[in-house]
Amino acid sequence: MAFDRLKENLRTTRLAGKLGWAMEANWADPFLFAIYSIIRPIASSLILVFMYLVVTRGKTSFDLFAYIFLGNTFFMYVYNVLFGISWVIHEDREHYEMLRYIYIAPIRMYYYLFGRGIAKLITTTIAIIITLAFGMIVLKIPIDLLKVNYPLFFITLIVGLFVITCLGILLAGITMLTAHHSFALTEGLGGIFYLACGAIFQIDLLPNWLQYISKALPLTYWLELLRRSILGKSLSLTLAKYSNFQLLLIMLLTTALLALFSDYIYKLIEHVARKKGKIDQVINY
Amino acid sequence: MSYAIETLDLTRTFKKGKKKNNSNSKKPELIMALDKVNLTINPGELFGVLGPNGAGKTTLIKILSTLLLPTSGIGLVDGIDVAKYPEKVRKKINMVSGGEHSGYGILTVRENLWMFSQLYGMQTKVALQRIDELMKLLGMQEYARLKISKLSTGMRQKMNIIRGFVCDPQILFLDEPTLGLDVQISREVRKLIKSWVKEKKEKTVLLTTHYMAEADELCDRVAIIDNGKVLACDSPSNLKTSLKQDAVFHIEVNLMLDNLDRFKVVPGVKKFAYEHKPHTGRTDLKFILENDSYISAVTGEISNNGSEILSLSKAEPTLEDVFVSLCGKGLEDENRA
Repeated sequence: MAFDRLKENLRTTRLAGKLGWAMEANWADPFLFAIYSIIRPIASSLILVFMYLVVTRGKTSFDLFAYIFLGNTFFMYVYNVLFGISWVIHEDREHYEMLRYIYIAPIRMYYYLFGRGIAKLITTTIAIIITLAFGMIVLKIPIDLLKVNYPLFFITLIVGLFVITCLGILLAGITMLTAHHSFALTEGLGGIFYLACGAIFQIDLLPNWLQYISKALPLTYWLELLRRSILGKSLSLTLAKYSNFQLLLIMLLTTALLALFSDYIYKLIEHVARKKGKIDQVINY
Repeated sequence: MSYAIETLDLTRTFKKGKKKNNSNSKKPELIMALDKVNLTINPGELFGVLGPNGAGKTTLIKILSTLLLPTSGIGLVDGIDVAKYPEKVRKKINMVSGGEHSGYGILTVRENLWMFSQLYGMQTKVALQRIDELMKLLGMQEYARLKISKLSTGMRQKMNIIRGFVCDPQILFLDEPTLGLDVQISREVRKLIKSWVKEKKEKTVLLTTHYMAEADELCDRVAIIDNGKVLACDSPSNLKTSLKQDAVFHIEVNLMLDNLDRFKVVPGVKKFAYEHKPHTGRTDLKFILENDSYISAVTGEISNNGSEILSLSKAEPTLEDVFVSLCGKGLEDENRA
């Protein structure tokens, strides 16, 4: 029974992944798609570099720059995967008019949504690898590939991606009740996380009340552990008192809480959407 | 006996918007889409729900297919409550809606259909074989490898019909499946529906339509629905037989008549409906009279109005006449009379 369900969920994820990839990669010819995939992340990094140079008036601190660079690079996952998952509802409902048929199919929507987000996950991973390589080679970010704590890195990465998936599913639920607002919602939520989770600002610099929020978000620990696993250190004074293991535990705990919250809210919103007739409501916005 | 589909006082209301009742309070105006609908559909039955646009047909299908929750009442599919256990219901059903442009345009017809077969857990080999069979039945073989963004509306609808049948569901909901299709494609679709139910005795189809000929041709039983209420439910022949003692007349006149309410008070008129034909400037009138002798009173009333009768025929009752007799309007003129 459990094995059948697992098989069914894997099949759903695989199918949705294929569909998502077909959509993600079919809008342009492969050459153009490859160029876009390389140029976009590098351009984003360069924007950050110039902003940093202007703000510091050229007096660069490699530690700080590496902190910002890594935070900004890995944060691509948050924007892209969050958007990739939550936008599925809008796209399937309005553009393809297929949400009603997907919804009444004997599958679990979580796996379908996650599967559709996989394409974004893959393209973002490629973008992150390119950006990191660019950072190491051109911007001289001090990353020693032989000194990276790979077990910590991969465990952290996977847990973080699970967190982002949970957030994506939560947003997908909210999108069921909204018309065209999911884009703004993703941008808005992403912006809050960008500020609160220490993507560019160390959380020590945030006001006290915002630090409480930061500490409640698993993405804060995710970014911290990624930095520690790659650079071997981090700049955050608040989090410095915790060992890697302690941070990992805190991240797992906050992740579990977020997953439960996300599941509860998604189910609640899905019920409301069914009650209000929003699942297949096409408004041609 | 367990029914394939059963509804018990199934009711659904929608909020239309805010209506100002007085200066202080705003109450939403409610539309009654389904009003205590009670239906029982047997396994293996091809059951039709016939009614004009806005009668509540689609709402009924949405509730039974787990897309929408009822406001009150119960909907059961194979004995399972659709509101409480949607996951269990979804294993037994599929649904196709007519008149829409659904489909992943970046995939080919075959890829789209294969993808859905996989969502229902079909083995790829079996699924592809079935897809090919169904495409052949509906004359779509040459479109198999075409991206569906390149398909015409009719072809896309055909593909959606195949999508409904491909997973061989126990219960299939067809919501106006031939809406917007040309005569030839509609005929092919009806043929497919008939042959599927004939071949697989245990399969059940709930079909909604506002084409009375479609309901007459396909359905074992028909529920006539209007304003969310079931007005009658029986086999098409029994429904028509109920009008046998009445006289049904179809009259075509040369003017766009107005003040049609006066026909309601002509002696002997039980029910009447009409349809304006703006492109010809004519009006079709349908009368259900207590008996033949009252037709002279009707023709007299038409002449008094200065209209000329172009044709007059006494007709065998159709399902549309049954509908007219039940609610005093035709299937096409739900906003009038």
